[in-house]
Amino acid sequence: MRHSINISFLQKNWWKILSLLLLIYTVVGGFLMEVPRLFILNETIRNLYFHVCMWFGMMILFTISFVYSIRYLRGFNLRNDIFAHQFAAVGSFFGILGYATGTIWANYTWVTDQSQSLGSILKEPKLIGAAIALLIYGAYFVLRGSFTDMDKKARISAVYNIFAFAMLFPSIWIIPRLVGSLHPGAPGSESGNPALNFKDIDSRLRMVFYPAVIGWTLLGVWIATLKIRLQLIRDKTLINE
Amino acid sequence: MNKRFSFLVFRFLFLVCGILINAAAFAQDAKPEMADMMRGNGKIYVVVAVCLTILIGLFIYVFIVDRKITRLEKGKD
Repeated sequence: MRHSINISFLQKNWWKILSLLLLIYTVVGGFLMEVPRLFILNETIRNLYFHVCMWFGMMILFTISFVYSIRYLRGFNLRNDIFAHQFAAVGSFFGILGYATGTIWANYTWVTDQSQSLGSILKEPKLIGAAIALLIYGAYFVLRGSFTDMDKKARISAVYNIFAFAMLFPSIWIIPRLVGSLHPGAPGSESGNPALNFKDIDSRLRMVFYPAVIGWTLLGVWIATLKIRLQLIRDKTLINE
Repeated sequence: MNKRFSFLVFRFLFLVCGILINAAAFAQDAKPEMADMMRGNGKIYVVVAVCLTILIGLFIYVFIVDRKITRLEKGKD
């Protein structure tokens, strides 16, 4: 009996264990494996496995949220609204972590080593774009909180979520590339398509980077499912009362 | 004349060698700095151990929360 429970647990939750294993590999491989020796970046290139993964995880979580918003609008099932809300919440959290880690990284590689002034950092298009994207998602939660009617809240916030997702990629990817930026990937830095382009990223980095993205994203999905399940329990008791 | 010419060639070669050696020395100085010392004395493993402890601790915490929610879902508080 107990044995069968364990097997069904593994069948249902294998991806949680995969996430743990991938992140253990990320920490061990990320700190100990060889990385390209580059000026300015030095050892901070290892932030690729942490800072960049936060943003990739955020984009994947926002994409999942977007899909659930569309599914909500197709059938008006409140379950889908809860899914969209919680995935957007964890995605925003990942975005804030990405922003916070980016400030630390920029402080050493842009301010100290390239002696950029604070003014040029504040004008940085990538930072402004990322801030706009996060603020748009912040407004999503404000919008949700301002409704008392559950159906109206779900419907309008689903439509808003689609708009927020449509703004996400232009503000964090396209605009910074059009105007030039200190951040890798902009015309000024001549680094092409960092982390995404197969020819651009060093194979030693790729060995850890892709597993790291999957690991961090799965952790985000896990936390989101926990929040969804709690919300479902909460709503169930609301309905019963 | 010949002696003077060879002296000039010698001086020229000396100068070129000097520049090359200098350039080589400069190139060696200009290698990107990496935390090779942390690797050499093994201190990097301490960092890895600390990060792994935090990571595994976080996963245990999330796992416990997961189990609690499963128990709530089954209606056994």
